[in-house]
Amino acid sequence: MALQITAQCVNCWACHDVCPNDAIYQDTPHFLIDDDKCTECLGDHPDPQCAAICPIECAIVDELGDALNPPGSLTHIPIEKIVEMALLPAEYL
Amino acid sequence: MELPVISNTPTDAGGGGCASSGCGTAPDALSHLPDHIRAKVQDHPCYSEEAHHYFARMHVAVAPACNIQCNYCNRKYDCSNESRPGVVSELLSPDQAIRKIKAVAAEIPQMTVLGIAGPGDPLANPERTFETFRMLSEQTPDIKLCVSTNGLNLPQYADEIAKHNIDHVTITINCVDPEIGAQIYPWIYWDNKRIRGVEGAKILIEQQQKGLEALTSRGILVKVNSVMIPGVNDEHLKEVSKIVKAKGAFLHNVMPLIAEAEHGTYYGIMEQRGPTDDELQALQDECAGDMAMMRHCRQCRADAVGLLGEDRGNEFTLDKIDVMDVDYEAAMARRKQVHDDILGKLEAERAAKAAQVPVHLSIASDARPVLMAVAGKGGVVAEHFGHAREFLIYEASPEGVRFISHRKTELYCAGLDTCGEGGVATGDEPESVLERNIRTLEGCEVVLCSKIGFEPWSQLESAGIQPNGEHAMEPIEDAVMAVYKEMFDAGKLAVPASTQQVA
Ligand code: SF4
Ligand code: SF4
Ligand code: SF4
Repeated sequence: MALQITAQCVNCWACHDVCPNDAIYQDTPHFLIDDDKCTECLGDHPDPQCAAICPIECAIVDELGDALNPPGSLTHIPIEKIVEMALLPAEYL
Repeated sequence: MELPVISNTPTDAGGGGCASSGCGTAPDALSHLPDHIRAKVQDHPCYSEEAHHYFARMHVAVAPACNIQCNYCNRKYDCSNESRPGVVSELLSPDQAIRKIKAVAAEIPQMTVLGIAGPGDPLANPERTFETFRMLSEQTPDIKLCVSTNGLNLPQYADEIAKHNIDHVTITINCVDPEIGAQIYPWIYWDNKRIRGVEGAKILIEQQQKGLEALTSRGILVKVNSVMIPGVNDEHLKEVSKIVKAKGAFLHNVMPLIAEAEHGTYYGIMEQRGPTDDELQALQDECAGDMAMMRHCRQCRADAVGLLGEDRGNEFTLDKIDVMDVDYEAAMARRKQVHDDILGKLEAERAAKAAQVPVHLSIASDARPVLMAVAGKGGVVAEHFGHAREFLIYEASPEGVRFISHRKTELYCAGLDTCGEGGVATGDEPESVLERNIRTLEGCEVVLCSKIGFEPWSQLESAGIQPNGEHAMEPIEDAVMAVYKEMFDAGKLAVPASTQQVA
């Protein structure tokens, strides 16, 4: 059971600093989560901390590939605009 | 220690009060400050209109993470409350930052101030931020430190801030009303949860206010920055200004929202407009009282290096500092020499100005004030009209000259010979860029520059702005006053009261 970081990540370090299990590490082209260390924060916090602070929609996904912060959920930019401005590749919408 | 409250009383109606450091007789812009604060800011490039021509500052980006979201920010880029959006800074580890700071301090001995601001919130990155400050306060004691924050974690770190050589703290406070806050901040990360809307804004506001009080009660200087967002918090900022000053902030700096669609911010994409130069100026006048300080603020990028308006960051990228070998002891001795020389020069300038019989005393006190735009550099009328990327706006009145703001323009001239005849840097028709630039100068009656081509000359004239190239390389304030005196002598300043222009 582990979360994953996608190519949307902008390497802002926020998740790295709040993970209770040191599961997040710097890598290129973006930060990654160590499967063996990530517990989805169970036992530490009610919410996965990386997903609770990550500012980028679709940067953190569960094992099914579903975004914990789906399009529009953080910025409130309407979906049509997200598409129009090509802010996310189509597969994330 | 309690810091005294700064008077919020605006100057005389019409904004004619002389607030500029350059004004001969009236008290300078810092004179309302208590001595210990004035001593700290009068040689600070970001605060003192005089000092910024001589002293340099630098920023390092060591703190990328943030714990809130602002609607004017796109985290791919820098923190847009402090920096120009759309420019990514070079992120440094604390060790790299120390090496860079020493290299810059040795190469640019005028560098006196080091700031940690965006991208991100320094206090959401306490380890990287305070490790950098710890090393600096030990190894480079001759550099003043400052830090900017959104305030969410401020109460918790007030003691830690007080421990280092930190000269002042900037808190960005855009509102004191959670309903307005919810329109600016979609969420905050607090207590291990993402908290949205009004509830999140309420916590942020409470923490900012607590943090402000915690710092001022420890004797730390606090400046408050606000981003002016028309239709959202513009009216409200007057209230913010009163409150933060009552709590001991020594300065309230109102900055314009910068929001272009290509920055990819919520405001940019939703076409929230920024304030016009006039709107900004009016609100700054109201919030700043008679403080001319900070009018020259350039919203520098997070790894800016050098004098304000002159970024030398490119000379100090990681690969370049890697090969620099700095003897900081020797650098400190040289720095001291340079600082003393500059301070001596500033002192002499201040004394000379005080001794001068000011020209403006010979101008009738009911003459109307005039706004002038100056293509200036380093305090003198230095730039060719077509080469100016910004104009400095000054107000001349019977009470003297005061600096009002700077307005950015687009470069429309690509070479010395091509002004007004093509050679366009932006790909637009030259006329349209020129027209836009002329619109930027709205409200000004005179443009001072070192040189100007025929084409822009005639267009400026037909827009009612008088170009003037006769004062090239003269100190700006002297040139502005000389032109104002000429206008007065020519009878151009006596206008019936009903049509009098209010600056
Ligand atoms: S879910 Fe929790 S444990 Fe897993 S990476 Fe995110 S913060 Fe770390
Ligand atoms: S918080 Fe999100 S964007 Fe930032 S480093 Fe982590 S995954 Fe990437
Ligand atoms: S505080 Fe700065 S980095 Fe954080 S969201 Fe606001 S503008 Fe961006």
